[in-house]
Amino acid sequence: MSGNRIAKLSLQLMTIIEERSVNNLSAIPKEEYLYKCTSACAGCSSSLCLRYVLKAAGPDSVLVVPACCTSVIQGMYPGTAMNVPVYNIAFAAAAACASGMSDAFATLGRETNVIVYAGDGGTVDIGIQALSGAFERGTNFLYICYDNEAYGNTGMQRSGSTPLGARTTTTPGGKPTAKKDLDRIVEAHNPPYMATACSAYPLDLYKKVKKALSIEGPKFIHILAPCPPGWRYPTEKTVEMGKLAVKTAQWILYEREFGKLTINGPSKAAMKKPAPLEDYIKSQGRFKNLSPEIFDLMRQQVEQNIQRLSREEAGVC
Amino acid sequence: MRERLALSRPKEASSGKTGSWRTFRPVVDKEACNACGLCAQYCPDAAIDEELNIDLDYCKGCGICANECPKQAIAMVREER
Repeated sequence: MSGNRIAKLSLQLMTIIEERSVNNLSAIPKEEYLYKCTSACAGCSSSLCLRYVLKAAGPDSVLVVPACCTSVIQGMYPGTAMNVPVYNIAFAAAAACASGMSDAFATLGRETNVIVYAGDGGTVDIGIQALSGAFERGTNFLYICYDNEAYGNTGMQRSGSTPLGARTTTTPGGKPTAKKDLDRIVEAHNPPYMATACSAYPLDLYKKVKKALSIEGPKFIHILAPCPPGWRYPTEKTVEMGKLAVKTAQWILYEREFGKLTINGPSKAAMKKPAPLEDYIKSQGRFKNLSPEIFDLMRQQVEQNIQRLSREEAGVC
Repeated sequence: MRERLALSRPKEASSGKTGSWRTFRPVVDKEACNACGLCAQYCPDAAIDEELNIDLDYCKGCGICANECPKQAIAMVREER
């Protein structure tokens, strides 16, 4: 056996061992980089996600946070719950700020992780030009969008990410247009790594952040983050709601490494046999009084997404 | 040296003791618990430690732990104040 082949096999073995170890709890570091306790709402999935993002990133990281729930929940001056440096910046400037930061660290010869942790409003609507610019420049950073499908901290106004039919304070009759497909916009920039995640699968998220930070260049992770007050469901259902979104294939977990798509475990099963979409819709107050026509449109959208992604994974486009 | 920048420093309870927000308190039945650790994994505020003790100073009472417990070992009991 040639040395090259042995090296390749041992690399494969290492990846398998690593994947196994991440799937059990003991592999996750015990350190918390969020002091008790942020002022996030009870049952907030964004702070659950942030816990695992910071566990994966470790202490040598800087968070860039544009206006979003995370800039509100840090605590009151002169204290903060965040145990890593956080740079709070204007809505439209997060990715641009991270670009400068990343370049400065590179010049200093430091390998600090620059992570943008932005909400859906600051990504899909207001911050999209900075995001696009940073991806085009090939900045070495990780952009994480936690998506609760509305402007949460200002009182649930509709955002570009709000799904069809959802009621928010500015769309009391249900949003007439569909959710903007951010992942396809980011995909068009051909980043070396992009992934979707869900707060109900924190170990999967941990693994994805770890992998993203090991790759040079602009990386993107889009997290679905169910929001109890905004989606109008009881606080204890946060994790259940995330799992439902994945099981109904409303939200599909995948990774795209250097253009190659991999559908992740929980979504693979869900795409073959999705749970009824009614389960997801009925359990949320924001979809109350949804008309059957809108519901059909939503189901068609889910089917289209499943078909598009499974065709891409099979190599037929 | 005097600080010229308005910096926030990391500290505990920067938002106060959030345990006062709670209307339902998680009560663990240690007999039924099999120490799987899912409650600690899913707690958004890391209020459950490695020994699976719940820090009631900070627990906001969201009830995710009780909802996700595979053994139904956690009950949410109304707070008496």
